Amino acid sequence: MENNSFKLEFDAKVENVSFARGVVAMFAAGLKPTLSEVNDLKTAVSEAVTNSIVHGYDGKQGKVLLETKIIDNKIDILVTDFGKGIEDIDMALQPFFTSKAQEEHSGMGFTLMDSFMNYLEVKANPEGGLIVHMQKVIKG
Amino acid sequence: MDIKYKNEGYEFIAELSGELDECSAEYVRISLDDLLRQNIKAKKLILDFSNVSFMDSTGIGMLLGRYNKFAKLDINLYIKNPTSYVNRIFEMTGIYQIIPKVC
Repeated sequence: MENNSFKLEFDAKVENVSFARGVVAMFAAGLKPTLSEVNDLKTAVSEAVTNSIVHGYDGKQGKVLLETKIIDNKIDILVTDFGKGIEDIDMALQPFFTSKAQEEHSGMGFTLMDSFMNYLEVKANPEGGLIVHMQKVIKG
Repeated sequence: MDIKYKNEGYEFIAELSGELDECSAEYVRISLDDLLRQNIKAKKLILDFSNVSFMDSTGIGMLLGRYNKFAKLDINLYIKNPTSYVNRIFEMTGIYQIIPKVC
């Protein structure tokens, strides 16, 4: 399939989490992914976008940027926010680490992203906030 | 997300359907916690996941929260019929160690 890309900016609202994962799933359809691969993508996007909205903006207004590319048989996803970021990224990547245990967050978001994708990089956004970069090879 | 309840005396069944994520989790929390105010006799609450088409880690957090609240009233939680994909998330996160799966 020819390389392809899209860039989408949306409000940091929880209502937009299903929209974001649905868009990526539809975009990836051209690579003829298996149902399991579609679910992996949807979960990883859902985790990254939820993290931006709930932790990055913490209920405040903001924008989330979703950039997705198809490069040969690979999906490349960037989720960027301009929120408060994460002070200690290495600690946040540990399973069960959460800054919101009292709000019933499991701390498993990054662990699921890492498990379901072939590549995961979490870094500070130079403009403030967080950038989550993920890639998955679609075998179909 | 929608929840249907069946009271079978010794056990209470909650049939969840739809997508369980950050947007829908609050409804599930409120709805399940409402059972705590109803003084139900059952000591088993079975959460039927057969019609949950999507779930992310928000669902795990919600379940851990319900486990803690219901345990105070000696009500045990169980998970039933997750799809293979949702089951994979349950297994990866180790939730079955505290909320067992039943057939």
